[in-house]
Amino acid sequence: MSSESTPALRQGAAGVESTESDGPAPAGPSARSPRSRSTAAYARYAAGKLAGAAVSLFAVLVTSFFLFRLIPGDPVKQMTGGRQVSTEQIAAMRREFGLDLPLWQQFTQYCGKALTGDFGTSYQFRAPVIDKITEALPATLLLTGTAFVIYTLLGIWLGARSAWRNGSAGDRANTAFALTLYSVPSFWLGLLLIITLSVGIGPVPGLFPTGGMESGDTEGFDRVLDIAHHLVLPVVTLVAVEYARTLLVMRSSLLDEMGSDYLTTARAKGLRDDLVRRRHAVPNAMLPTVTLLFVNLGTTVAGAILVETVFSWPGLGGLFYQALSVPDLPLVQALFFVFAAAVILMNTLADVIYPLLDPRVGR
Amino acid sequence: MTTSMEKPSEPREPDARKPSGEVPAQSPRALTWARRRQAVARFWRQYRTHHAGLAGLAVLAVIALLALTAPLLVGADSQSVTNATGGPLEEPSGEFPLGTDQFGRSLLALMLWGTRVSLTVGLLAAFLSVAIGTLIGITAGHFKGWYATVIMRVTDWFLVMPTLVLAIALATVLSRSIWTTILAIGVTTWPTTARLVRAQTLSVESRPYIERSRALGGGHGHIMTRHVLPNVMPLVLAQTTLVISTAILTEATLAFLGLSDPTIVSWGGLLQDAREAGAVSSGNWWYLAPPGLAIAVVALAFTLCGRTIESVLNPKLGVSR
Repeated sequence: MSSESTPALRQGAAGVESTESDGPAPAGPSARSPRSRSTAAYARYAAGKLAGAAVSLFAVLVTSFFLFRLIPGDPVKQMTGGRQVSTEQIAAMRREFGLDLPLWQQFTQYCGKALTGDFGTSYQFRAPVIDKITEALPATLLLTGTAFVIYTLLGIWLGARSAWRNGSAGDRANTAFALTLYSVPSFWLGLLLIITLSVGIGPVPGLFPTGGMESGDTEGFDRVLDIAHHLVLPVVTLVAVEYARTLLVMRSSLLDEMGSDYLTTARAKGLRDDLVRRRHAVPNAMLPTVTLLFVNLGTTVAGAILVETVFSWPGLGGLFYQALSVPDLPLVQALFFVFAAAVILMNTLADVIYPLLDPRVGR
Repeated sequence: MTTSMEKPSEPREPDARKPSGEVPAQSPRALTWARRRQAVARFWRQYRTHHAGLAGLAVLAVIALLALTAPLLVGADSQSVTNATGGPLEEPSGEFPLGTDQFGRSLLALMLWGTRVSLTVGLLAAFLSVAIGTLIGITAGHFKGWYATVIMRVTDWFLVMPTLVLAIALATVLSRSIWTTILAIGVTTWPTTARLVRAQTLSVESRPYIERSRALGGGHGHIMTRHVLPNVMPLVLAQTTLVISTAILTEATLAFLGLSDPTIVSWGGLLQDAREAGAVSSGNWWYLAPPGLAIAVVALAFTLCGRTIESVLNPKLGVSR
């Protein structure tokens, strides 16, 4: 999908760019502008991207506020859960959560407070939302970070090997296996892993814990080992369903490089096939993959919702699921904002870094 | 192909159309159809050489057949909790090849009914998504200026929204029904299609025959529907197939999170039931395995077809045969 879109999109972008830059400057493509001018152009480009990101973040903030106001039902009634409460108590609760104000005042308050990192008080935990989020953040970062590093390395390595032996039995098996795992629902894979490796089938004993992040009775280095032990199954699940995307993009971008003259030159120099691949082809093919890596990093945080739910991992995804079932409005809208912000920030980072890596685009 | 310049000769057209087939060489419509038939035949000849694509197509044919004949294979009362024939959570046996759920219903029957839901939601959601994407993509590529700028900013904004989170949010906000699921998936997955179609529209519109058509008086609607649309259709077809597999996975996810209609039996819903019945802690793998396997097989079949279509259209992708 993305392998098809990348060239097409780049073609479109290049078309727009040439009409802009070719107008004032009569110089041909071979005449490079002075270093200072290109730095200024890059600064303008980066500033534009950052401004765009700021607009997107604000749009997400607005959406997070209004989208969840559409949930039918009165949050106060949900909170009291059918218990006998006096009208004064209800009024007090409405005041406490700012629900007595008109909608537009709630909205301006929400935006103002969000800028200072204050997302209100969670209905179910009766604690500041931002505290709940900072509490859960390290667990999510640990899980998604570990999974990200592993599936990126695995995807790039397998993708490069696959493309280098394009059409071979190894390539076919590789791609087929990755696509199969890619089609598997992550929560199902997680449940199966729990059944086979944690609960154990028949004579096989449980090898890994069924959920959570730690047993809670260990200290120091033992604690690290304990967390690592809990980390194995969630990470395996995430890696299995995610590595196909990296593999496919790496494979197709390396295939694009395969016929290039510089590879023929490298071979003519007498380099071993292995070195031609590792030193010459792969670094060039990495460029389109870099964009994907950042996008992956952003989406994996949200993609971990299911894995965290299945493995009772105390991260943001599990928190989101808990908040949804109430529904705990302040927590849900704050988490929605966090998930979207992660994607926006990573995409912007990719946009800003990419021209530094590949001087052919973006200036 | 009628333009204002050709108006004087228009009366001849209906005559040429009526005896369709007898004078194919003169009728532009017949010519167009002949050309399209040839293109389809050429497409199929190339598609046939991809084994993975053929396998995907075969699997889909079998599954579609099962979905269509489900009411004949298993009665409608097999979904009823009160009329359940088996005991709760029976292991696979001769009578119940896949075992029973916690209400004593045959899992095989529920799986067959689930096929219908997964395929319906997958197809309708993908259709909705691709229709929105195509409409936005073509208009954004055709009309330049502020309209395109605004619409592409909206697209970009949707593109950065985490699809799953947005779909979950929509499914939470709206009432629980199969239409909500379709809407939630359709409204959140269109931006990729819109970007692809817009890029293709820009490339088609830069060709000389569009300029000719415009010079002959072809309006916006004429150019978009008669010239651009047929050219983006193959791309849209490939995209639809790929979106269907995403939609089926998302549907299962929403059902698993308890965000779809609880009265409808679907594969994702079965997984949620299994989890609630304690299938995980008691090791009832035979309850959990079939629904997930079915989801994976259907999603994989659509992905294989989509990739094959993509690679027939763009052989540079190097998809293995």
